[in-house]
Amino acid sequence: MTLLTPPERPATEPGVPAPAEPGKRPQRHECLDGNEAAARVAYALSEVISIYPITPASPMAEHADDWAAAGKPNLWGGVPDVVELQSEGGAAGAMHGALQKGALGSTFTASQGLLLMIPNMFKIAGELTPAVIHVAARTIATHALSIFGDHSDVMHARATGWAMLASGSVQEAHDFALVSHAATLRARIPFLHFFDGFRTSHEVNKIAVLDHDVMRALVRDEDVLAHRARALSPDAPVVRGTAQNPDAFFQAREAANPFYLAVPGIVEEVMDELAAQTGRRYHLVDYVGAPDAQRVVVVMGSGAGAVAETVATLVAAGQKVGMLQVRLFQPFPAEQVIAALPASVRSIAVLDRTKEPGAVGEPLYQALVTLLVEHMESEAPKFAARPRVIGGRYGLSSKEFTPAMVKPVFDELARERPKRQFTVGIYDDVTNLSLPIDAEFRAPRPAGEVQALFFGLGSDGTVGANKASVKIIGEGTDLYAQGYFVYDSKKSGGQTVSHLRFGPQPIPSSYLIDHADFIACHQFGLLEKAKILEYAKPGATFLLNAPYGSAEVWDHLPRVVQQHLIDKRIDLWVIDAFAVAGEVGMGNRINTVMQPCFFKLSGVLPADEAVARIKQFVEKTYAKRGQAVVDRNFAAIDLSLARLEHVAIPAAVTGYELPPVVPDEAPDFVKKVTAVLMAGDGDLLPVSAFPVDGTFPTGTTRYEKRAIAHEIPIWDPAICIDCGKCAMVCPHAAIRMKVFPAAAVADAPAGFLHKEFKSRDLLDHRLTIQVAPDDCTGCGVCVDVCPAKSKTEVRHKAINMEPADEHRDRERPSFEYFLGIPQLDRTLIPHDTVKGAQALEPLFEYSLACSGCGETPYLKLVSQLFGDRMIVANATGCSSIYGANLPTTPWTVNAQGRGPAWNNSLFEDNAEFGLGMRLALDAQSDQARRLLERLAPQVGEDLVREILEADQSGEAGIAAQRERIARLTAILRGLDGPPGSDASHLLSLAGDLVRKGIWIVGGDGWAYDIGYGGLDHVLGSGRNVNILVLDTEVYSNTGGQASKATPRAAVAKFAAAGKSRAKKDLGAVARAYGDVYVAQVSMGGNDAQVAKALLEADAWPGTSLVIAYSTCIAHGIDMEKSMTHQKDAVKSGYWPLYRFHPSEVEDGQPFKLDSAKPSIPVSEFVAGETRFAVLARTHPDRARELAELAQQDVDERWRYYEQLAAMRRSVPHVQHGPGSLPPDDGTGQSADTGDEA
Amino acid sequence: MTVDLRTRYLGLELRSPLVASPSPLTGELDSALALVEAGAAALVLPSLFEEEILHEEIELNRSLEAGSEAFAEALDYFPAIEEVAFAGDRYLEHLRRLKAAAGVPVIASLNAATPGGWVRYARLMQEAGADALELNLYHLAADPERSAVEMEARDLALVAAVRKAVTIPLAVKLSPYYSALASFARHVVGAGADGLVLFNRFYQPDLDLESLDVVARLELSQPAELRLPMRWIAILRPQLGPDVALAATSGIHGGSDVVKALMVGADVAMTTSALLRQGAARLRAIEEELVAWLVEHEYESVAQLRGSATQASVEDPSAFERANYLRTLRSWSTSRDLARTGNR
Repeated sequence: MTLLTPPERPATEPGVPAPAEPGKRPQRHECLDGNEAAARVAYALSEVISIYPITPASPMAEHADDWAAAGKPNLWGGVPDVVELQSEGGAAGAMHGALQKGALGSTFTASQGLLLMIPNMFKIAGELTPAVIHVAARTIATHALSIFGDHSDVMHARATGWAMLASGSVQEAHDFALVSHAATLRARIPFLHFFDGFRTSHEVNKIAVLDHDVMRALVRDEDVLAHRARALSPDAPVVRGTAQNPDAFFQAREAANPFYLAVPGIVEEVMDELAAQTGRRYHLVDYVGAPDAQRVVVVMGSGAGAVAETVATLVAAGQKVGMLQVRLFQPFPAEQVIAALPASVRSIAVLDRTKEPGAVGEPLYQALVTLLVEHMESEAPKFAARPRVIGGRYGLSSKEFTPAMVKPVFDELARERPKRQFTVGIYDDVTNLSLPIDAEFRAPRPAGEVQALFFGLGSDGTVGANKASVKIIGEGTDLYAQGYFVYDSKKSGGQTVSHLRFGPQPIPSSYLIDHADFIACHQFGLLEKAKILEYAKPGATFLLNAPYGSAEVWDHLPRVVQQHLIDKRIDLWVIDAFAVAGEVGMGNRINTVMQPCFFKLSGVLPADEAVARIKQFVEKTYAKRGQAVVDRNFAAIDLSLARLEHVAIPAAVTGYELPPVVPDEAPDFVKKVTAVLMAGDGDLLPVSAFPVDGTFPTGTTRYEKRAIAHEIPIWDPAICIDCGKCAMVCPHAAIRMKVFPAAAVADAPAGFLHKEFKSRDLLDHRLTIQVAPDDCTGCGVCVDVCPAKSKTEVRHKAINMEPADEHRDRERPSFEYFLGIPQLDRTLIPHDTVKGAQALEPLFEYSLACSGCGETPYLKLVSQLFGDRMIVANATGCSSIYGANLPTTPWTVNAQGRGPAWNNSLFEDNAEFGLGMRLALDAQSDQARRLLERLAPQVGEDLVREILEADQSGEAGIAAQRERIARLTAILRGLDGPPGSDASHLLSLAGDLVRKGIWIVGGDGWAYDIGYGGLDHVLGSGRNVNILVLDTEVYSNTGGQASKATPRAAVAKFAAAGKSRAKKDLGAVARAYGDVYVAQVSMGGNDAQVAKALLEADAWPGTSLVIAYSTCIAHGIDMEKSMTHQKDAVKSGYWPLYRFHPSEVEDGQPFKLDSAKPSIPVSEFVAGETRFAVLARTHPDRARELAELAQQDVDERWRYYEQLAAMRRSVPHVQHGPGSLPPDDGTGQSADTGDEA
Repeated sequence: MTVDLRTRYLGLELRSPLVASPSPLTGELDSALALVEAGAAALVLPSLFEEEILHEEIELNRSLEAGSEAFAEALDYFPAIEEVAFAGDRYLEHLRRLKAAAGVPVIASLNAATPGGWVRYARLMQEAGADALELNLYHLAADPERSAVEMEARDLALVAAVRKAVTIPLAVKLSPYYSALASFARHVVGAGADGLVLFNRFYQPDLDLESLDVVARLELSQPAELRLPMRWIAILRPQLGPDVALAATSGIHGGSDVVKALMVGADVAMTTSALLRQGAARLRAIEEELVAWLVEHEYESVAQLRGSATQASVEDPSAFERANYLRTLRSWSTSRDLARTGNR
């Protein structure tokens, strides 16, 4: 790539690691991702690091915590104190405190996390305190949450007074981290250093790494000492943070101005020093392109990579175009921007990676427009005429941004009347803002480069192997290497796509590969699911993991794949990687089998050298993790190349057509939108395809038939004892139980199994346990929990895992038939037993949670018990992701169209969110009751009385009320009142006269930490909400960081040396209120108790809290034995089961201990879980000490609970309805505004 | 009167013939030191099982990596764990610590599955300071394709390989289930063993009748179990001569058991079950019982007692070899009541 440079700048390629200048320090290169690149610098230059997990910034905090745990020193020889807080608000507060005491502080965050830091950011800046926040910039949740990258978060910190420095590449994330830390100390203005979430934070690239000497040269000790000298100290006391009145505040606020004016100069100075040290030269803004450019794109962040390549291509074609990359966004470097723009420029397109609805334009656009207007009014404007400026949005939520999208922007600038506002990268057919994408346009790739794509599953190690390949090549040879990894949002069976580039030149391309020299498909099944060879260049090499040899594989390929192979003359190679992995004991981890084949076929390195380097890498990675692992990997490597076979491509296609993504009978929306998203073509959907407010239909996972299980459970009715446990524990509602009259299955197809239902009440009824063969993930939890064993062969249970391929053909029609059998009348069976509950229809099905998830069985059960009359407030976390990550949602509806209504507000406010729903529900049902009274003459007194006095405590009562409301509705419709009439209002509210439940759902990160303040307030409100805490004892969704629910002695991220403090007893806090129903449950410990507790929580007229022990992949257990682990947790007293049912009667005994006295030591329970067991292998002495304390925790708690079980306590005033909230509390109506208490 | 309790085992000078055999008690530093405090003349560590190490390495790595690189928000689920002390490392660390603190000989024990594994860990144990090595030869001959000859040859090759790998004394712990134990014992010595430990006791599978699961159980030994090693030590002592060390293990519960073991020719008596049941202090009591017996019977030393009733030294040598059918039958007199019932 050759870039032209403007005359006033020395030669530079922004964002590209340059070779060392003569006389400069030798450069050491490593392959890092942007997070690690930034974190290394932050760690070296900090004394206190306050952290909190949030995607995609968590890895920065994790690295810092890991390094601190390993005792790695910072620049001054100390080990930074890395402390996890309860929220980003807490992290910012702690940082503020540390800074005030003169420490060097930093933190890492993104998105909502940054928003929570904003109040403190104002304070920190207002006090002119040096500090750095490193942000992996991420979309702020609006109509939907997104974990992906754009600048909407950082742009909302503009007003805080922090300098904002944008990195556009991994190298810059590393370098600008240093620039930020050095500049903030000199400027006293805190720095927000940001780079694009995922695109930069998760891209692995070969960069030149900074050593401590360079850092020491830039971070001047006198600045550190000056910062410390300003610290709070009783030896030289001052007050800061005063309250000021109108006479003072304004002037005092203006007093800091000189510091802001100095920032651009200081950053330039630091950047120059960096260049002197490393040869990498950056400016506040960098221009590349034609020196006499007429059209210029202004951009910030990783998008510059794509723009720069486009500019180079267009300039080479003779076009007068250029790019201005803004690095320091705030204080905005006006002078430098004007200086950098060629005088010849006539039109400028400013690209913003954020959206500010209703604004004149987005922030960077507004800054440019203002700047140019001001400049043109100056004495000697640089431009003959004010350049026309247009503003465009691109890349929201990591939407791809490629040269094919950049070129149309330049085309637009060339038009006589370009769109003043536009979008690029999407098709907007609603407001017609989008520019068309030039699909044919590509920036040429440098000679000698290899672009490779790998399609795999999360479980097969593909990404890990590719990260290793990047390191092997990037760090072991002179070649440059880049890796970017795309994951899907499914936690089980999720697909991964690895985008790898290797070449002789630095690789700044900030977009995905769509024209690959090499493609590998690590899972044969993906040929039907993913577009794979569409991305192949003509003549590309294709490596396929297939269970078929070279002679027979052709006949098993879909037609579309065959067509690509022929049309593009693709070179096809196959290997049976699972066979090789199996032979050497690697299970399904086929990474070390596929990796040598890639090296052999891609030609990036000579084959022998590649094998030697892979082995070196394995040895380095695993030597300390045991010789056995190394040996197995070596065996896999050696065997793989011997098994690689070349396939001769026939001349004509013979393969089968792929079935449609969703069946024809799917609803219209599913066919038009959901199916397109499922097919991986979401980028092609126009704006008009989408709901305008983020509202989507439920019940869509049923259309996503993934068939990912290799084994599925098969029922043997001869052995079944009707217990329902298998259906109860199924995390995916893929094992179903139905009870029905014998006559209902008179027309059952052959192969549909059913047996007599053992019941004294329901005579002549049959029962079926049916697997959903394409929805099951094969976790095996149902089989583990099945208590019924064959009398002639004890290993054979009533349900057994069997090869899916042998059973799908029979089970598919059986399942279809099963779904068609009408549900049993809900009133006919008691719900407080396992089999009773499992006879109810689940309205939470086929979630894409991890295989064997411990959380989802609880949600499914709640949906069975109350799903047709519940609203869910769901905290952000695993349950919001598997619960509602597009394209599909597991929340569904019954035959009557009723089902859970669901929403997710935030991570921190979920309890309050749910409370708000209750307040509305109460207000509306009150109004409905008033209207009903008023309309009694027209409706009929009897019906009104019946409705108002209905007993809705049980299913029968609710069913009867529904029937009354149906009658009422019919009558109201007949009254034919105008809008605004009582009848019209009552019609809109009548549904609320049927009892509804509000379920506030979330994980322990929410309940114990970030949302605890709100949760506590709701517990104290007395309002009728049901709170379900899915307690996995770690932040599961972000990868297993410790929360206050993490138990003593467990290893978690942010507690790498084992958590030293005991788990918070959340139930005890709630019980202290006296009138809160509290239960602690465990499905594996006592399934019937779970059902009882949920029913009691629903029935309790006040606030209820159910804390549910949820096994998680982060526990380091075999998830198949999920329920066995839960059982052992209860047996050891680690997780006692209880129900605290507030009693209104004198001498009531509210606390009922539901589990038996511990019968095994805690050590026996914890020995089988890696989260505990690993500590004995990393810190044996500490493990012993903590294990003893953990046993004491259990003993002491049991003693305490036993005493509680005998406690007599009554609640004098249980609130049965609205109105229990203190009038001046929780309503936001406080007269005292402005100040925080 | 004082009695000289000293004995020699595997060339090690021991203050008494009471040795703590492998158990959780010798596997933990505190309890092992308590055994020394209670008079243990030497400690044998629990066996290091090579399969255990392999299994742990594979499974721990698998679970640390489970779910990694599969989901954008959680690229892994555990903090970076660079180095892990696996069972082998922990064993050696325990051995080092115990050796430094014990003040009595510490004997390491090894049960490996592969020839490479035996040699590697045997060497590491020697380097970690073991005074001697006990090789645990136990495998179930359940493969119908492999004959007794093959199995024995494999065992002997393993003994020879370990012998070559270490210079410290080597004992081999045998199970009683060899067809020709006397011959095999001689071959084991020929392959380089300095002594034999008789016999292994192992977890035996049991059935849980409620869950219908197979469960592993280790029942603590009963005094009667001493009969088997007693018989074989009595037979082997004269055959192998005085230079081969012999240890009796299984069923040593009291002073009289020690006396019997020594009389038939054992150099040491190893005990565990009694200590697990009654605590380390029981060892002191056993020693007191031993001393009391010796004093009462006017023995001056253990050396005097040792080997005084081997097959070569007893009045009726055939008694140790006979099936003893008649005598055994006679020694159990059937209760008259039961006999009557049976006749009814």
